[in-house]
Amino acid sequence: MSDPRLPATFENPGLPPHVHRAADTDPRAAKRAERQVAGLFTLSILSTIGFIVSYFAVKNDTEAFIPFIGTTNLLNVLLGVFLALALLGIGFGAVHWAKTLMPDEEVVEERHPIRSDDESRAKAVGLLEAGAESAQLNRRPLLKATAGTALGLFALPLGVQLAGSLGNPTKALDELKSTIWDVKDGKPIRLVRDVERTPIKAADVSIGAVFHVLPETIKESHHVLEDKAKAAVLLMRLHPNDFAADDLGKKAKSWGYEGIVAYSKICTHVGCPVGLYEQQTHHLLCPCHQSTFDVTRDCEVIFGPAKRPLPQLKITVDAEGYLVAPQGFAEPVGPSYWERKK
Amino acid sequence: MNALAARRRHPAAIALLLFLGLALVGATYSLFAPKPAQAAVATADKVADGKALFQANCATCHGISAEGTKSGPTLIGVGAAAVDFQVGTGRMPLSAPNVQAPRIEQVKYSQEQIEAMGAFVASLAPGPAVPDKATVEAEGDVALGGELFRVNCSMCHNFAGSGGALTRGKYAPALYGVEAKHIYEAMITGPQSMPVFDDKNIDAKGKASIISYLKTVETQPNVGGMNLGNMGPVSEGMFI
Repeated sequence: MSDPRLPATFENPGLPPHVHRAADTDPRAAKRAERQVAGLFTLSILSTIGFIVSYFAVKNDTEAFIPFIGTTNLLNVLLGVFLALALLGIGFGAVHWAKTLMPDEEVVEERHPIRSDDESRAKAVGLLEAGAESAQLNRRPLLKATAGTALGLFALPLGVQLAGSLGNPTKALDELKSTIWDVKDGKPIRLVRDVERTPIKAADVSIGAVFHVLPETIKESHHVLEDKAKAAVLLMRLHPNDFAADDLGKKAKSWGYEGIVAYSKICTHVGCPVGLYEQQTHHLLCPCHQSTFDVTRDCEVIFGPAKRPLPQLKITVDAEGYLVAPQGFAEPVGPSYWERKK
Repeated sequence: MNALAARRRHPAAIALLLFLGLALVGATYSLFAPKPAQAAVATADKVADGKALFQANCATCHGISAEGTKSGPTLIGVGAAAVDFQVGTGRMPLSAPNVQAPRIEQVKYSQEQIEAMGAFVASLAPGPAVPDKATVEAEGDVALGGELFRVNCSMCHNFAGSGGALTRGKYAPALYGVEAKHIYEAMITGPQSMPVFDDKNIDAKGKASIISYLKTVETQPNVGGMNLGNMGPVSEGMFI
């Protein structure tokens, strides 16, 4: 193992010899450094004056064209630049001063031992014992017990609040699995436009169109934002021949109506709204992490970090020709969680 | 002649000779270069004019009767609005093959020629017509327009209309400095990657409101410093 050419122990080489700086030996270099430091401090002084002058001199609605920034508020730019130069002048000046003129010889300062001498230690123990004795801590166990219990119990209110805020785990899981698309009374739910909340006729959806859709039940919702966050749906119409000929494409087509398909807008990666539909490639792109879904193959993931396809919402039309969802999503929407089966 | 010969070794001679050579080549090229075919637009029949313009300038990619080829899609049924948008924003004729046609300030055709080509394309099959001035410039509700824009458009074009990236080099362009008419036409025709937002989806009032919102965002004064492209909290967070 050991190399015979190496000595048994290395000698401590110690610190390398100190090399003096130009400013330590040459008075002209020292003078130059002094002028540089003073120059930096002067820059700071002038900038501070410039800041105060522009604060009063420039109106706060003056706009000006600044290269690389564009047309913007002149006062903000002036204040920012002058403040930055004022601070940088002080900072650079101090650093340059320390590096060129302040002493740079290495100095070793030994630390005193951490352990106190025996006399001080005995004295400290004596003080503590005398304090406990004068408080009658050992003579009155009732006080000791009740004070300990009171202090110990005080941690409970904090713990109870923490545990209570976690909520009912069963109910929380149910909320992850359900959306307001779930049919309660057997009556299919109409699809409505996101902003106007008007129902959509199948004939209104032309090929290449995209509708941002909510369930009609959003009108009775008491927690609109929470419900919308899970129930948002994207409705697209493709030419029926655009779907892939394999099983995935057939399933996507059969769950839609005449080429109109509806998919959850909540990304299966971390729940961003997937809304970037390219009508020529039929790709759906998530803006957060670039997960890309192929609508012609049942929103299968073709790129990015998402692991599962977007859940499809089965749709059909009612007697009046409006698009309806006869059942909720067949699987939980959105990102994975521990209790999810797949 | 002797004076010229005496100066043939002058330092400027080589530069002068190069300049003369380049000028000669340029002039000869401009005499013989193929010129873009121009159909007369003076006749009354717009469809015939449009057809002539189309066959001279567009048929290479879109096919001799606009049926489409491997290089370009069919134009049957796209309507005059699509022609007005694509040619009127300089996207067509395509300057170079690329993932997507960029907007170009210098439009290649006059408005008359664009209308003629639009009339020809509209005569092939019914499609969206160019919206009239009153529809496009109708006073919209800025608040409603903002809500519609954030729900329907902002995922690609950004909440302030400053554009964003799509897949594989494609992108949603910024909407600043675009004519109201062209924004309207883009919504009803769905150019390139953009889906169609026809009147059944967002009605004429909604579209006018979206345009009003965009124009309001574009003209509102910037009271802060650098807006960092209006890209939202990500870019702003990086700089603070």
